[in-house]
Amino acid sequence: MSERNLLSTNELTVGYEGTAVAGPFDLNVYKGEVLSLIGPNGAGKTTLLRTLARQLAPVAGTVFLEEADLAATKPNELAKRMAVVFSDALRPDLMTCREAVAVGRYPYTGRFGRLSADDERIVENAMAQVHVTELADRPFNAISDGQRQRVVLARALCQEPDIILLDEPTTFLDIRWKAEFLEALRTLATEQGKTVLLTLHEPELARLVSDRVACIRDGRLDRVGTPDEVFEGDYIANLFGLNKALYDRWFT
Amino acid sequence: MKRYRNAMAFAAMIVLLLVLLVMNLCIGSSSVPVSDVWLALTGRATDATVANVVLQLRLPRALAAIVLGGALALSGYLLQTFFHNPIAGPFILGISSGAKLTVAIAMVFALSRSMVVNSATLMAASFVGAMAAMGLVLLLSTVVKRMSVLIIGGVMIGYLCSAVTEFIITFAADEQIARLHTWSVGSFSGIDMTDVLVMTIVVALTFVGVLMLSKPISAFRMGETYASSVGVNVKAFRALLVLLSSILAATVTAFAGPVSFVGVAVPHLVRSLLGSSEPRRVIPACFLGGAAFCLLCDLLARTMFAPTELSISTVTAVFGAPVVLWILVRRQKGRDAA
Repeated sequence: MSERNLLSTNELTVGYEGTAVAGPFDLNVYKGEVLSLIGPNGAGKTTLLRTLARQLAPVAGTVFLEEADLAATKPNELAKRMAVVFSDALRPDLMTCREAVAVGRYPYTGRFGRLSADDERIVENAMAQVHVTELADRPFNAISDGQRQRVVLARALCQEPDIILLDEPTTFLDIRWKAEFLEALRTLATEQGKTVLLTLHEPELARLVSDRVACIRDGRLDRVGTPDEVFEGDYIANLFGLNKALYDRWFT
Repeated sequence: MKRYRNAMAFAAMIVLLLVLLVMNLCIGSSSVPVSDVWLALTGRATDATVANVVLQLRLPRALAAIVLGGALALSGYLLQTFFHNPIAGPFILGISSGAKLTVAIAMVFALSRSMVVNSATLMAASFVGAMAAMGLVLLLSTVVKRMSVLIIGGVMIGYLCSAVTEFIITFAADEQIARLHTWSVGSFSGIDMTDVLVMTIVVALTFVGVLMLSKPISAFRMGETYASSVGVNVKAFRALLVLLSSILAATVTAFAGPVSFVGVAVPHLVRSLLGSSEPRRVIPACFLGGAAFCLLCDLLARTMFAPTELSISTVTAVFGAPVVLWILVRRQKGRDAA
């Protein structure tokens, strides 16, 4: 285990209810980097990400958060170190965006969840950082997908995590919000030293936002490296089973 | 602005509750003026009959409506939280009927051996039935993922339990049928002060338990994934929701039989009144709202066709069912717009 690793896996097999879907993986996520997971649909990206977020139990193998076994970490302690942005947020009636963001203070507040002045300030800062301050009093279920995604990110920032895990965060966003969202992630890593691990549909975006890219092919980790290393030659066209001519015409 | 609306909503509910309480004590087959009610309550009544009517009949009944009404609304609120569905409730999901079945069995069994059942036994029987029905609903929910189908499943469980209950009651001793029948369709009548004391202790303790859950309930509003990612122990939390909502629904059924729609309608009305779904406010408001709602409904059940009494569920359905329809229509509209 290297000092550089914030999150790492050892022979990790992932799946649902004991049935393996993908793996085994030996993946290392370095401190302060943006690492993208790419690969064709059904390769196991999301299953892997959900296992790393402890939303799914590993079928076999271990996930380490630095030196500690992820499975043995207390829920509250994990929540202070790791935050997620997944696509399955419910849309509750009569909940304001500020309340949704404040959910991120959960691991820090007392028994009744009352926010201290410090908590309130952190909530406001998080909203300002991803430009959702003007949405604070709007209902969470009445804003656009792009806005909702940023509110959910602000909530993640409130947890003051070392690492943020995101599952296809740009899927429902138009190009402006895609650009703004990825820019925000880049800033988190570069300026605040946060580690960012995300799955992405679009390899071109992974190339632009990432420090490193990890490719998953048939449930295994394939090429892992800097965007330049991974995007070298026909590799990406190959990964997605796309012929070279078509790839060149549409993606270069 | 928000704080103002909050304070106004709570003030309005408390005033409404007090006014309805006084009305419930004054109005009835013989009407008692407020001044005499006050004298009776403070033990200075000159007329023994009046004192008896107020203290032995109307007061325990009104207090039961308050405690059990609040309990029902809270039970519904917890189930709605559990299923992430605004029309879940102890009656709709068959939990009240499950409790009704086991209480009927306990009662008939005791009667056949000429034993007297105390309220603790009834509550225990009721709790077993509520948990059994809840277990069936949960079992069903592992197979059926669509909420609408699950609700229909709950309604069917309810019908089944009610049918078996009717069957058992038919074979009960003749002189007890009337009382059993009144109870099995839902009624706040025949409750004495000892019952009130017992239910108040149970409901008060459970209420504190529910308040202690307000923090995870708040996080759970965004769904399970997000709740667990901020540190909620989802398994333990869901188990507590089931346990507390079953205790509340069982308490109501043990004393008043199944009471429909309060658990669904009141939490919805209360959230709309507060303009918020923030649990720290919704939980106490649910209790007040449920209490006021049941006081009003029981007053109507007693007086509308006096001396004939309506079952409480008849009246709660008249007010509650339209609210459920309103929720359904609004949700459908929301879906079309999205």
